[in-house]
Amino acid sequence: MAPILDVQDLTVVLKTPLGDAAVLEHLSFSVEAGRIIALVGESGCGKSMTALALMGLLPDGFRRTGGRIVLCGEDIAAASPARLRSLRGSAMSMIFQEPMTALNPVYTVGDQITEALRQHQNLNRRDALDRALAMLKAVQIPAAESRLRAYPHQLSGGMRQRVMIAMALACRPQVLIADEPTTALDVTVQAEVFDLLQQLQQEMGTAILLITHDLGTVADIADSVAVLYAGRCVEQGATRHVLETPLHPYAAALMAATPRLRLGTTAADPRPALLEIPGLVPPLGQRASVCAFAGRCPRADDQCRERLQPPLEEHRPGHAVACRYPGALADAVVASLAASRVGTPDAAPRRGGNDMPGAMP
Amino acid sequence: MTGAAMLARPLPHQPVLEVNDLVVHFPAAGAARGAVVHAVDGISFTVARGRSFGIVGESGSGKSTAALAVMRLVHATAGAVMLDGADFLALRGKALRQARRHIQMIFQDPFSSLDPRRRAGELIAEPIRLLEGLSRHAAAERVATLLAAVGLPPDAAGLFPHQFSGGQRQRVCIARALATQPELIVCDEAVSALDVAIQAQILNLLKCLQSERGLAYIFISHDLGVVQYVCDDVAVMYLGQIVEQAPAPEFFARPRHPYSWSLISAAVPAGASREALRRRHLVRGEPPSPIDLPPGCRFAARCPFATDRCRTEEPLLHAVGPAHLAACHRIGELEQPVFDTAVPALAQPCDAAC
Repeated sequence: MAPILDVQDLTVVLKTPLGDAAVLEHLSFSVEAGRIIALVGESGCGKSMTALALMGLLPDGFRRTGGRIVLCGEDIAAASPARLRSLRGSAMSMIFQEPMTALNPVYTVGDQITEALRQHQNLNRRDALDRALAMLKAVQIPAAESRLRAYPHQLSGGMRQRVMIAMALACRPQVLIADEPTTALDVTVQAEVFDLLQQLQQEMGTAILLITHDLGTVADIADSVAVLYAGRCVEQGATRHVLETPLHPYAAALMAATPRLRLGTTAADPRPALLEIPGLVPPLGQRASVCAFAGRCPRADDQCRERLQPPLEEHRPGHAVACRYPGALADAVVASLAASRVGTPDAAPRRGGNDMPGAMP
Repeated sequence: MTGAAMLARPLPHQPVLEVNDLVVHFPAAGAARGAVVHAVDGISFTVARGRSFGIVGESGSGKSTAALAVMRLVHATAGAVMLDGADFLALRGKALRQARRHIQMIFQDPFSSLDPRRRAGELIAEPIRLLEGLSRHAAAERVATLLAAVGLPPDAAGLFPHQFSGGQRQRVCIARALATQPELIVCDEAVSALDVAIQAQILNLLKCLQSERGLAYIFISHDLGVVQYVCDDVAVMYLGQIVEQAPAPEFFARPRHPYSWSLISAAVPAGASREALRRRHLVRGEPPSPIDLPPGCRFAARCPFATDRCRTEEPLLHAVGPAHLAACHRIGELEQPVFDTAVPALAQPCDAAC
């Protein structure tokens, strides 16, 4: 199947007085109709910038300097602002993290959903309202008719996020970008919202680019994963491959740092140590061309710190990694990071005091 | 009880905080005169020295209000809070200020809980100066020790909050909370705003400080994985009440309340049985208004197992096992769901060389 969205070599820089600082470097991924790809990584790794670059909504000072963004065969990286405007909200749309700030407080829910429909599909007000109502029903909002006239503040967080989903899917986009769509919601509501997203996606065949830092969510719903670190993709592959046998030390460490619920018979077992990744993502402008993770990777050697970061290369079919020591090292990283912290609370390196970034004077 | 008497009891598992039938009601804006929001409606729990007490529940369940009432940051309508055996809610003036040294708080958002115009050193020293009247020099020394304790370098004292990352800012908040050498720290969603890697750093720091200093925590979180990692005891709140409470290993092995089942089903790792668990136990919709409460069990409207009795008669928290309390009429009849995580989907990374 040809991908609906194909991103090749996407590069974004931030203009600074000291020259351009790389924000995204040679990012490539693609997603097919009806599939979900997840972008994971810490804050500052470029997940949200990727989304904004795709939508052509990069903030001031940020500039795309290379790469192609092919949406349904059309390179939208080269598209005019007018063309982009006609694509946004119709062929591709976005759900933001904070439904309260993403909805306009002075317009009703009905107005906000119909805006895209009237703009892109030339519907008259009555038809647009009918479609909006159908969308609210599709996202399972109770008493949908009366909610059309409700303002965002009259809805709960979960309901607002459903309205966002209804808005984003109203024009049946080919690609939906969901930037941390459930972080602001309660766990039970999160589960509902993801169920809903998946169900609507099945019906409409929309491709979803899911941005998240929650590996549990990724395991739940994503077909493939790209792990970003400091604006570079360090590992990419089918969800099962990446989560079960991570090849990059960062991906492995990220997984071992996530507290995992142990239930039933395993609940009483002694708590396994939670692995912490010392340090921070290197800030913009301080990312050398060597492996960006080398500073935090306990097994990095001189080669990692001196030679260029290896490119993302397929290590086994459908599973690519950018590491000098793919796979073999991931175990070792987890073991050595874990050994450095287990039990002994007074062990010197334990407090992670080395997370002071370069920004510290 | 006086401070001296308190020092004479170094035994572990002594209660540091006892909350008895705490009630917090707020006047309901826009509703009928006299209507109140039942934010916290009669909760009781004990936090032992050196232990962590977790509170979980949805937004609006009263977790944070309960914590604020314990801290005396909101007014408790009724009930008692005993800190080291003394009635904390009755204290006034100097005695209150002295008692406050023993109980400190860390908030969810380290961005808004630090004054942006003051340096980290001043922020950390403020409680010491106010409560202990230390000299500038002595305070500076204490700040240096505290910074080291939370893993920040000494020169961090001269920096402003915006010069730190989120995780470092939370470390500054922890240093400030530690400054008065408290016995109890209330952590209200203290790691929820942090990335997993940083979250793990802060969780490990909190545990490390706990074992060094014998700190007790009230740990409020919506993330059951985090709660399991940190807490010795867990209470589940729903609409202002505790519906289940147990030691953490017992709670995660044998949760008894249908609402606990729902919370756990939502968080259960992907696996063979998960879909079935969710279908059966994950409740939909939203809790009823905390202003007009239903007469019976507050969870009845969403509970898949509710009967007429549940809708009319309020269940009381009662013992269902050793140190295990639950408030449900149907505990005896309902079949326990099998939460099986023996084969987690996110297995520890292994056999990567394939």
